Amino acid sequence: MEHYLSLLVKTIFIENIALSFFLGMCTFLAVSKKVSTAIGLGVAVVVVLGIAVPANQIIYQAILAPGALDSVMGVTDPAKSIDLSFLSFITFIGVIAALVQILEMVLDKYFPPLYNALGIFLPLITVNCAIFGAVSFMVAKNLTLGESVVYGIGSGIGWALAIVLLAGIREKMKYSDVPDGLKGLGITFITAGLMAFGFLSFGGISL
Amino acid sequence: MASEANKVLTKPIVDNNPIALQVLGICSALAVTSSMANALVMTLAVVFVTAFSNLFISIIRNQIPSSVRIIVQMAIIASLVIVVDQVLKAFSYALSKELAVFVGLIITNCIVMGRAEAFAMKEKPGVSFLDGIGNGLGYGFILMTVAFFRELLGFGTLFGVEILPLIQNGGWYQANGLLVLPFSSFFVIGLIIWAIRQWKPEQVEKD
Repeated sequence: MEHYLSLLVKTIFIENIALSFFLGMCTFLAVSKKVSTAIGLGVAVVVVLGIAVPANQIIYQAILAPGALDSVMGVTDPAKSIDLSFLSFITFIGVIAALVQILEMVLDKYFPPLYNALGIFLPLITVNCAIFGAVSFMVAKNLTLGESVVYGIGSGIGWALAIVLLAGIREKMKYSDVPDGLKGLGITFITAGLMAFGFLSFGGISL
Repeated sequence: MASEANKVLTKPIVDNNPIALQVLGICSALAVTSSMANALVMTLAVVFVTAFSNLFISIIRNQIPSSVRIIVQMAIIASLVIVVDQVLKAFSYALSKELAVFVGLIITNCIVMGRAEAFAMKEKPGVSFLDGIGNGLGYGFILMTVAFFRELLGFGTLFGVEILPLIQNGGWYQANGLLVLPFSSFFVIGLIIWAIRQWKPEQVEKD
């Protein structure tokens, strides 16, 4: 239990997926003008990450990992061991796209208010590199199924936290006098940089 | 015709830069810019993937049913990225370790998807191919500029060759530790955007 708790805290703060690994930056900078939309997108990302990371973990360990198919196919010679890991990119992106599509249908049928609130954000999530990045990290870190659930949800919360904070700052920035050339994208970059600087201070904490 | 091809090729570099104006493909721009060598490899990879994905998608654009076009585009892009990843692993293993998940993340790099959707689905193969190269180069231009400043000021080197002799090695230059940290690229990109918009005032955002 303690192990999972520390993994959760670590993925939210110390290894924040937006501000330490810079994943999901396109949407992070483009959809952070208002706090309310930022919250909607944040929730959607938490849900998709919470499902996509464990789902891909199961598929990777059961089918794609080196040697995973050996017992099924009856391969005993280690030299002929089946290694499908080169297919992982195309599989992951397929699984993510399919999951988003299914999630959209389920929400539309059973939770219409949530579906309407998330609206256009769901399809956008397929191409959000935070999802694909977290899945790739899950493989690189060799997480177990339980850990991958915590890792998925934790990175989602971390990303949501970051985008809501940035949106809050940008709403206040309307009242400040920014040089013309920096208006909009330029100043957003610098704000995000300062936020990442702030999150760096979590770096020394070891759990 | 020649001038039109020329325009498609050069326009994305400054006038319609994917990173500075279209807000596409930012994730990898932040994470792989600590050295010129990394940035160069990443640029080549993205130019290759964008150009060929544009070419192939444009060739079959009239055969793709619009309801499944995202999946078709994803499959083409993912296959190209797998090729890049396997080539990197075979010929430059150390570099592929350093770029780690970011090679895979080219799949979700919005430049590739964005150009496929916005350009290749409508235009002829030849022009689309050039548009892919142009946008890849526009991305590379920002990447190389950021890497130039970060490597020069952070390590005193360019492509690993010493330009500013460091104090530790008996020289005069005190390395700027801030630029070694990944988030410094936020500041550098912010300032580049400012510079581009001072030069081309029509890009300034109205609020």
